[in-house]
Amino acid sequence: MISAHLPALQVALPLIAAPLMVLVRRGGIAYGMMLAVAWISLLISLLLAQQVADHGPISYHLGSWAPPWGIEYRVDALSAFVLVLVSLAAAAVVPYSRRSVEAEVSREQHYLFYAMFALCLTGLLGITITGDAFNIFVFLEVSSLSTYVLIALGRDRRALTAAYQYLIMGTIGATFIVIGVGLLYLMTGSLNLVDIAQRLPDVAERRPVLAALAFLTVGISLKLALFPLHLWLPNAYTYAPSSISAFLAATATKVSVYVLIRFYYSVFGETLVFKELPVPLVLLALSLAAMFIASFAALYQENLKRLFAYSSVAQIGYITLGLSLDSVGGLSAAIVHLFNHALAKGALFMLLGGIMLRTGGVSLHCVCGLARRMPLTTFGIVIAGLSLIGVPGTAGFVSKWALITAALEAGLWWLVLLIVASSLLAVAYVWRFVEAAYLRAPAPEATEKIEAPWSMLVPAWVLVALSVYLGFDTRFTLGGATRAAQMLFGAGG
Amino acid sequence: MSAAGHFAYWVTIFLLMAGLYILIARGNLIKKLVGMSIFQTSVYLLYIAPGKLIGGTAPIFAEQFKVYSNPLPHVLILTAIVVGVATLALGLALVVRIREAYDTIEEDEILALDDKLEREKE
Amino acid sequence: MIAAQTAIVAALLVPLAGALAISLLGRWPNLREAATLTTAALLFFCVVSLLGPVSAGARPELTLFEMLPGLPIAFRVEPLGMLFALVASGLWIVNSLYSIGYMRGNNEQKQTRFYVCFAGALAAAMGIAFAGNLLTLFLFYEALTLITYPLVTHKGHEEAKRGGRTYLALLIGTSMLFLLPAIAFTWHVAGTLDFAAGGILAGKLSGTALAALLALYMFGIGKAALMPMHRWLPAAMVAPTPVSALLHAVAVVKAGVFCVLKVVVYVFGAETLSSGAAAWLPWVAGFTIIAASTVALYADNLKRRLAYSTVSQLSYVVLGAALLAPYSLVAAAFHIAAHALGKITLFFAAGAIYTAAHKTKVSELDGIGRLMPWTMGAFVVGALSMIGLPPAAGFVSKWYLLSGAMSAGHWAVVAVLTMSTLLNAGYFAPIVYRAFFRAPAAGQGHDAHHAHGEAPLPMVIALTLTAAGTVLLFFFPDVPLELGRAMLKG
Repeated sequence: MISAHLPALQVALPLIAAPLMVLVRRGGIAYGMMLAVAWISLLISLLLAQQVADHGPISYHLGSWAPPWGIEYRVDALSAFVLVLVSLAAAAVVPYSRRSVEAEVSREQHYLFYAMFALCLTGLLGITITGDAFNIFVFLEVSSLSTYVLIALGRDRRALTAAYQYLIMGTIGATFIVIGVGLLYLMTGSLNLVDIAQRLPDVAERRPVLAALAFLTVGISLKLALFPLHLWLPNAYTYAPSSISAFLAATATKVSVYVLIRFYYSVFGETLVFKELPVPLVLLALSLAAMFIASFAALYQENLKRLFAYSSVAQIGYITLGLSLDSVGGLSAAIVHLFNHALAKGALFMLLGGIMLRTGGVSLHCVCGLARRMPLTTFGIVIAGLSLIGVPGTAGFVSKWALITAALEAGLWWLVLLIVASSLLAVAYVWRFVEAAYLRAPAPEATEKIEAPWSMLVPAWVLVALSVYLGFDTRFTLGGATRAAQMLFGAGG
Repeated sequence: MSAAGHFAYWVTIFLLMAGLYILIARGNLIKKLVGMSIFQTSVYLLYIAPGKLIGGTAPIFAEQFKVYSNPLPHVLILTAIVVGVATLALGLALVVRIREAYDTIEEDEILALDDKLEREKE
Repeated sequence: MIAAQTAIVAALLVPLAGALAISLLGRWPNLREAATLTTAALLFFCVVSLLGPVSAGARPELTLFEMLPGLPIAFRVEPLGMLFALVASGLWIVNSLYSIGYMRGNNEQKQTRFYVCFAGALAAAMGIAFAGNLLTLFLFYEALTLITYPLVTHKGHEEAKRGGRTYLALLIGTSMLFLLPAIAFTWHVAGTLDFAAGGILAGKLSGTALAALLALYMFGIGKAALMPMHRWLPAAMVAPTPVSALLHAVAVVKAGVFCVLKVVVYVFGAETLSSGAAAWLPWVAGFTIIAASTVALYADNLKRRLAYSTVSQLSYVVLGAALLAPYSLVAAAFHIAAHALGKITLFFAAGAIYTAAHKTKVSELDGIGRLMPWTMGAFVVGALSMIGLPPAAGFVSKWYLLSGAMSAGHWAVVAVLTMSTLLNAGYFAPIVYRAFFRAPAAGQGHDAHHAHGEAPLPMVIALTLTAAGTVLLFFFPDVPLELGRAMLKG
């Protein structure tokens, strides 16, 4: 039965595709393979989500080696949710990539681009699906290394320095994670996440466990760009090829958030992290700092990609804020925002890629009067922007509502005011784009229509449409997130 | 255990700190990578050292071998070494490209060049 | 007669379908305008078909689907919403007629976008009118703000951009900063957001918390233009006059005071509030009435004067709600209709003057009544309604408001109303005086060279119709009054 091996296929498919692409050395064929891989991955992840919803968590023993000795792939409500997100982003970005890669990456590197893309997808899916601590590190590095290469493929020479900067920061983060995992292994003798969680209460010596927690927190925070460890992110998003900006914005930081949630709730346990240590307080402070400082930074950016990169940092603040509330409501708000924000940001960066293709830049003066020349692109950006703001009728509102009600549940009414106040900053930076695109006159010689090609518009608009649809139908997003949160709290005791 | 018993850890911490310091403090992109390598290597030690028992051997099921060293950390670190090498190689490749593009590998000079470019645009 | 639920859906979908049709017909202006008028007529028909059942005591409900857990998108037609929908959709027909004359007469740009956004705004207004719970209300409330933004910034120049910024900052700002937390808090406390007779907060909150929540709502509903949240309304005057007329005298601002009434009656409940939590509100509303009238007194720009007059008139409604007396609540409901008819007439007149004579300032209006007798005649009727003199509809609402204030023993409010009547007279009388009793200034710019007459015919027809409506509403105030009374029963 193939359905029994879906967890392995989920990761193995892109993993095998990558070297094959390098072997065939043809950009066109590599693109076809990548497209097939991405769409089949989406199918697999949806099937897995269905299986989990019907029969509960799946535990897949790789090579039939039983855990804790063998590597276990574990799909539960949370990981199924993130798997769908990652493969959905890939399924949307790959068809988009064709035109944008042709414009931004030199022809002889196309097959390498897609091979790296496949590896990046492998890594992200692997991180999400594996139930083994060291395996997380390995997949993290698979995705990170391929990401560094992909960013460096950007046209601007600053892409190189951005990739280098990210490589340094990313490696520090990854190494911190290995140290944390190593300490956990030293104390428990196990690498299986479930097994570690069972053995941790028996560990007499607490200090190494706390050290492990600290190392993991800092390491993962680097990868998820938690303020103030976000410095790599704006450059990386700004100078990477358009399709990679979109894919990373939608997935990379989100998967890291997943890892953080996994370690906090499934390994260390909610009691230790949130009740005995001041983690919630620290997270709360950093999240608020991210929400406000990064939003202010976004207000002053001229380059739109950078503007929305800073907005990403701010939005990650919302996610970690949900985490810091330490309740089912807060956690599900965090998880649902993970999804909703990924959709909006993915769509935004894809549409910005279209502008990049047609006008050669994405600074605010490039988009002057663009509404008349690229009506669909600009309108898409406006709708995705509304989702970032959290206007009712978009997915962003659902997360904001979840976050606000969670804060009220916790009795933190002042936090509610801060949340809504920071979303006003989002209005301000989104409206900078709106005013430039709709109300400023284009250069007199530029009047002809230059709408982005369909192959780029359609995938982006699929995400835009999803952002709106999921603003009304919240069964999958908020429902799935709530189930995941309840599961994590149930497991955490 | 005494301080001497923690010998391996002290070395680990020293390497860790030294590597991290170089990584942060140096402006030369190659030196940064050297620091990164040292930093990563320290972790290998963190894993390997506790797995080794004095007098221990590889885990062979036979009468004469009673004391085993734990083989798992070695295997893990083998993977980590591969990752480390790949990272280093990629980092060096990037530095080569950066030098081609900027004609320098000093961080502050690169930043200055970018700033200059930005100003000229305006 | 179509089934009530179908009518609700149709009231939402007809304007949207109209927007689509308008955008598709953009290349053929005559067809496009025909589409606008047809849509408006159809919408009015849908709304009117609901009037019978609602007056008979039925409360048609429609629950679409669950948006958030426990919180569906739901509609429920009750008397107050019925009134608002009637006013908005009925005046849309007249306004469309007027828009055609105005937009063509002034050769405005991007007319298709204009009509599309207009239809969208009406769809949002219908959603607000029929909303069955606060979430649905909030959804359409924000949609109305966003869809009217392109209309406010229609002209695209620097002033329009600034106006648009103020408009958006205040409307989105207040709704996000105060209204959304207020709704979330209500949900947290009451466990429901449905509108229910007698309120959903009865017995759940008291004292300071209740007053604070009321403040969040009152200032959060920025569209009601309670001071200091009123600045967006004068800023929005940069829009073409039909927008100011229908949206910023009827749909948008009435949506604001409608929400205020709805929140007071169906969320808090008059009884819950009578504990003293709303004691501060009449003062704020009274202050707004006086202060805005005073500003209007000194505004030379005609539309700006009208805008401040609107700010002050809106607070009549808020005041009526704040007094919590049955009479005053009925007055508040009635004033939604009365002010709408009167103010749209005034704006129509202002737009007609602009189109025919290119004048925007009060000080330029000398003698214009002789050149544009119909327009200025209608203006007089509108002004009478604003001041609250018979035979105009404004008299009826003021009468009820005064009765409410006296029955509640609120003498300060009586004083405010008297004073505002004087102020209203003070800023409208000079206009009428200039228009009819002063000779046109000679040698002023190009106007002296060609004598202009009335504005294009569709505009004159439109403003005559609304002026007639203002008078008719004075003689036949039954429908709005009945709906207002039915609102009290729930």
